[in-house]
Amino acid sequence: MSPIQIIFILVSAITLGSALMVVTTRNMVRAALWLVLSLFGIAIHFVLLEVGFFAVAQVIIYIGAIAILMIFAIMLTRRIAQDPGPQTNSTWPIAAILALGIFGLIVFLVQGWEKAAIQPSPFPAGYDPLRELGVALVSANQYLIPFEIASILLLAALIGAIIIAWDKK
Amino acid sequence: MLNDWLFIGLMLVIAPIFPIAALIIPRILAPKKPNPLKTQTYECGIETVGDTWVQFKAQYYNFALVFLVFDVEIVFLFPWAVAFNQLPLYGVIVGILFIEVLVIGLIYAWRKGILEWS
Amino acid sequence: MADPVTFIAKWLEGYLAGLGLSSGWISVIQAALGVVVLGSAVLLVDIFLVWVERKVVARFQDRLGPNRLGPFGLFQPIADVIKLLLKEDITPQGADKFVYNLAPILALATVIILWAVIPLSVTVVGSTINVGALYIVAVGAIGTLGIIMAGWASNNKFALLGAFRMVAQMISYEVPMVIAILIPVILAKSMSLADIVQSQTVWYIVLAPIAAIVFLIGAQAELGRAPFDLSEAESEIVAGFHIEYTGMKFGLFYAGELLHALTFGGLFATFFLGGWRGWGAETYPILGIGYFFIKAMVMYWVIMWIKYSFPRVRIDQMLSFCWKFLTPLILTVLSITAILDKVMTGLPYWIYVLVMLLSNLVILYFVIQAVGRYARKERQKVAEPEKIRVAFPVKSSTSTSQAS
Repeated sequence: MSPIQIIFILVSAITLGSALMVVTTRNMVRAALWLVLSLFGIAIHFVLLEVGFFAVAQVIIYIGAIAILMIFAIMLTRRIAQDPGPQTNSTWPIAAILALGIFGLIVFLVQGWEKAAIQPSPFPAGYDPLRELGVALVSANQYLIPFEIASILLLAALIGAIIIAWDKK
Repeated sequence: MLNDWLFIGLMLVIAPIFPIAALIIPRILAPKKPNPLKTQTYECGIETVGDTWVQFKAQYYNFALVFLVFDVEIVFLFPWAVAFNQLPLYGVIVGILFIEVLVIGLIYAWRKGILEWS
Repeated sequence: MADPVTFIAKWLEGYLAGLGLSSGWISVIQAALGVVVLGSAVLLVDIFLVWVERKVVARFQDRLGPNRLGPFGLFQPIADVIKLLLKEDITPQGADKFVYNLAPILALATVIILWAVIPLSVTVVGSTINVGALYIVAVGAIGTLGIIMAGWASNNKFALLGAFRMVAQMISYEVPMVIAILIPVILAKSMSLADIVQSQTVWYIVLAPIAAIVFLIGAQAELGRAPFDLSEAESEIVAGFHIEYTGMKFGLFYAGELLHALTFGGLFATFFLGGWRGWGAETYPILGIGYFFIKAMVMYWVIMWIKYSFPRVRIDQMLSFCWKFLTPLILTVLSITAILDKVMTGLPYWIYVLVMLLSNLVILYFVIQAVGRYARKERQKVAEPEKIRVAFPVKSSTSTSQAS
């Protein structure tokens, strides 16, 4: 095993383990903190895939903004921090079987897919993926429309959130 | 490129060791005599009333909400800034348009009184 | 011997290769040693900063400051550290022990981690990742989390309230500050801090003075220093999010705050003051480290100057200053800078610099005019005599007062 693979397995274990803790922890704030660790693991995965920009964007947006928003929401809502109710319901065996089945299916499909074994070739010298992304985002024949729509979508999200959160009067 | 991240990865592992060491030394050296009076929550000498989970102003949440939208937009702008030399003037204006849509959101929040602390 | 750091690195590489290690392991060992040296050096500076801070605040307040231990009281911080190590460590009742202990560790570690991307000299830079500017923002986001953890885990209302205020302030001021970082990125066309320093033949404070000012204000708010220290307003919430921390745990928050201030000084130097650039720094990289730290210390002093000169603002003032003034201002500056930069490609560099500076000064002039007008209006509002409230208002009184 190469060092990268060892790091990959370690980080994956941390990511999945903390994701499991998110759904099993009783304390809501602690669950949010586990979620942060899980999201951080994803950021490390982005680094291992050599997309540093997505890694830092993951940390800034998901940990720096969304997790903070969640923690605020939890802390500002009284009496939901400790939920004494049961964590599963009667259909959990079916859900477990389905999840395992889908996992097995994915493993089976990836095993049989020859493209999964292809090693990515390194970037040619002088090629900056970040710069290419920047150009692609505002080029009319590439991602200009999605880029501008993303902006309008965010505007819509902001207005919607304001209306839902603020429309008391 | 992964070599650039090697230093940061090691930093992530090694940097916490300094403060952890600074927390372990007092465990050995410092006295440890807790008593109920000492470990009481310090709220200006008055005994704590009720739960720590009192209701705070929900407005903190609104600011986090506006911040989230801005944060997402700004992160998108960084690749645009890096690629500045390769962009035509048109590309720059489109990027600014992206910012101006954000400004509409800010004006809306402003007019709605979200940015008011009352 | 112009560049001892590279010399040592090369010698170590040769020595390790002589031992028969593979090149991969050599780079790992080199990087690990670099991290340990950088971290220790930064923490040593941090201990020294305690003395600087105490001495400077004393001078601002017309006192002498520490002057007993050693020359000019220079050994005072060492005594402080020993005292902190010997203090009893109290964990409050009902605290979430794990999170409670993790928060101070995060507070200091995130600041040390920031130094990984700051170029100290032309050859001495931890990592030249191409997303350096955003990396700083990302690490700052994790620091924010440390504060909210401290506030929540202490099981104290004041701590929680302090954490709320601090986090609301940090996320608010992150917006103008990140846009202020975006302007040097546009000017340098790179997010790597090494490139940003490398491209500053003219310091960016000349090309983008408004961005520099906004960055400084944002830094002040991120640090939670006066005038933005309402997260630890003594008269309201005692000490803010670290109220329940004693001994070395409090010491870590304190050390983290001081080092964070110096780090912001260093970041200001990197983005706007040309980082390590100076006479002879290209040929003698060791000089670059000196220049960098001089600039960082000067900016650290400016941060302290602001801290000890301004009164505390209210939370509504703090938030509206950020969202209604700084954010629109910096968005305007960003738009104008972006268009001007594109329009002026191909023109001689001195014209470029001049136009950038002039455009900033024009904006600054109008902004100062507008702020002055607003301030006059606000002052008039305050100066107006307050209407007398009548305890038992009579129905007809309003009509009579109008008539007379």
